[in-house]
Amino acid sequence: MEKMLIVSSSPHAKASHTTRSVMLDVIIALMPALLVAVYFYGLRVLWLTAISVICCVGFEWIWEKSFKRTITIGDLSAVVTGILLAYNIPANAPTYIVVVGAFVAIILAKQVFGGIGQNFINPALAARAFLLAGYSTSMRSFMVPIPGEFVAGVDAITSATPLELMKNDLMDELPSLVDAFIGNIGGCIGEASAIALLIGGLYLIIRKVITWHIPVCYLGSIFILTTLLNGFDVYLSFYSLFLGGAMLGAFFMATDYTTTPMTIKGQVIFAIGAGVITTLVRLFGGYPEGVSYSILIMNLVVPLIDKYVKVRRFGEGVKA
Amino acid sequence: MKGLTFKRGIHPNYHKEATAGLMIEKMLPGKELVFPMSQHIGAPCTPIVKKGDYVSVGDKIGEANGFVSAPIHSSVSGIVKAVEMHMTLKGIKETCVIVENDGLYTRGEQMKPHLKGQEVPLTKEELIEAVKVAGIVGLGGAAFPTHVKLSTPKDKKVEFILINGAECEPYLTSDHRVMLERGEEVIGGLKILLHVYKEAKGIIGIEDNKMDAYEHMKQLAKGTSIEVKLLHTKYPQGSEKHLIAALTTREVPSGKLPIEVGCIVHNIDSVGAIYRAVTRGEPVLSRIVTISGKGVKKPCNLEVKTGTSFREVLEYAQVDWEQSVKIIAGGPMMGTAISDVDVPVMKGTSAILCFTKEEVGLEAASNCIRCGKCVNVCPMGLVPSALQKSAIHGHYDEFIKQNGMDCIECGCCAYICPAKREIVQSIRSAKAAIRSKK
Repeated sequence: MEKMLIVSSSPHAKASHTTRSVMLDVIIALMPALLVAVYFYGLRVLWLTAISVICCVGFEWIWEKSFKRTITIGDLSAVVTGILLAYNIPANAPTYIVVVGAFVAIILAKQVFGGIGQNFINPALAARAFLLAGYSTSMRSFMVPIPGEFVAGVDAITSATPLELMKNDLMDELPSLVDAFIGNIGGCIGEASAIALLIGGLYLIIRKVITWHIPVCYLGSIFILTTLLNGFDVYLSFYSLFLGGAMLGAFFMATDYTTTPMTIKGQVIFAIGAGVITTLVRLFGGYPEGVSYSILIMNLVVPLIDKYVKVRRFGEGVKA
Repeated sequence: MKGLTFKRGIHPNYHKEATAGLMIEKMLPGKELVFPMSQHIGAPCTPIVKKGDYVSVGDKIGEANGFVSAPIHSSVSGIVKAVEMHMTLKGIKETCVIVENDGLYTRGEQMKPHLKGQEVPLTKEELIEAVKVAGIVGLGGAAFPTHVKLSTPKDKKVEFILINGAECEPYLTSDHRVMLERGEEVIGGLKILLHVYKEAKGIIGIEDNKMDAYEHMKQLAKGTSIEVKLLHTKYPQGSEKHLIAALTTREVPSGKLPIEVGCIVHNIDSVGAIYRAVTRGEPVLSRIVTISGKGVKKPCNLEVKTGTSFREVLEYAQVDWEQSVKIIAGGPMMGTAISDVDVPVMKGTSAILCFTKEEVGLEAASNCIRCGKCVNVCPMGLVPSALQKSAIHGHYDEFIKQNGMDCIECGCCAYICPAKREIVQSIRSAKAAIRSKK
């Protein structure tokens, strides 16, 4: 034989998916929410999202280039972070805070810990928490949605989010359930439209990128606990699932591979914990919204969960 | 009807359609046959012939060394050309007997039945002796000596004799064809076993991607106590422990053998070999090999005499040497990639696959993204990503604590990993390192 054969240790067959294809699926799943956000908040949504993605990918490239590490921007994880970061910012926010957010997400939350797979908190949420503390005025003024008005921008009228209204007991001013469901409410870019996020989430489940456990346990625990603590107002509990980042958190943030437990059992614990914290913050905390903090707090518990929650080993406990 | 199965595992692309419908063809070897003295798990054989000796078909040329070992027989007649070190598919040179084939296939003296059929009362000792003399090993690929499995301790009751017709490795169709074309021998062999192990129940498990074999075996088993059960198609269904779990719902405890839960498991073709050994006194001289992959123009199921070189077999299947970049002995999940095609077919060679560039994934590994897919597919309930970490860092105490030694090396973790990490490969190295330290 003239040429050399390839020799490697088995297995010689591999599944077709890659980190890149998984990330691409997440990007596709995020697109319906982007379209709805453009419809309600205008073209500025696209501008901020584009800036966010470019900055995230750019920061990752610069970091890896300067430290002579393998360039990993091709795995698209920075693109996902970029989109998620934009989704956590109001459409009328100034552009520079997106750049600051991208820096926090990619450099401080992800790259200093070793890049993809090594970060212990969700980069986009870490950036959101940072921006909320540092630029709280910009981060907490939400424009009134103007359906089909694409050029509205920074000068748009701002309003309170439904959760803020609830917090201040202004129940009469709450938008209808339908408006909350389709996204005709004030909020961050990606938080608004529950239906668009649900479609994306279902796509991820069908594509087997995520399983149903985290979204169902997370939303389920919010629903049950809100009902119990809120005088058994089932309608309001149901309504609250469509508000704030609940859907975005359930399908896209609490399901981030790296910062959630590896076992299904662990994921259920993680999701219920996050759901409980979200509800407690919403009902009793100083902030009207608790999704991002609940997930960040649970991110920190992940190593513990993974240490103690194990799958049952084959043959474990069987007496010979 | 939903087939029985075990927890977790994977659903790879099976690619069995290329050869599943093809009748077994017999292929005659060329001039020179190479018989490695180690074709089984256990001690290698000692050659008992020397250069210049004449051997006939079925003559013993390698004597078993100790209990866990199985003798080697010549599959052709001719003159012993040499007893020397020769390359085998393990990628190392091992002691081999090289026989120059005279093309006459003269049968030897000792080719007479040890017993004249299953009607003859056969004791456990006689059966074990017949199987041992015939050099029968697990023909599914692992090649563990069959007589060792049959030598069950007196205090252990054999409740189930399970026949493995899962053939869960992609591409492989040799067991499938054996069931369709030589099903009588399989049933006959199992009947012999059930005759000896009177308390045992005989079950044949077949995956539901081989419905024709399932129906056929069911037909053949009619009127006997043998049960034919349908298994859900999933890898690694053919793993001994997982076949037992699927068919009996029993789990073999860590580090123990199937007999601990009252089971003996045999491969389809091994049972056929038991039938041929007991009724015809025939040792293992050939085996059914699936030749497939995009690198061969004529995929086939071949009956190949042991000792035939891979090169001859591949040329029979019209191999495209240019396109074949990876050649695998066995299935794609657990088979061995070979570096040299001038190596002989052995008792455990269930398939030879020629992969072209497009069938060989060569992506570089990247960081673990903690997706947990390896945990969700591991049939042993381990955490492969954590084991790989311990293995790479040489933390062997931690590796053992994480039950790394339980790994059956099925490769589900490395198959499913989106970051293309070589998980099972690291685990395999760690296991070997730990074993060699003991």
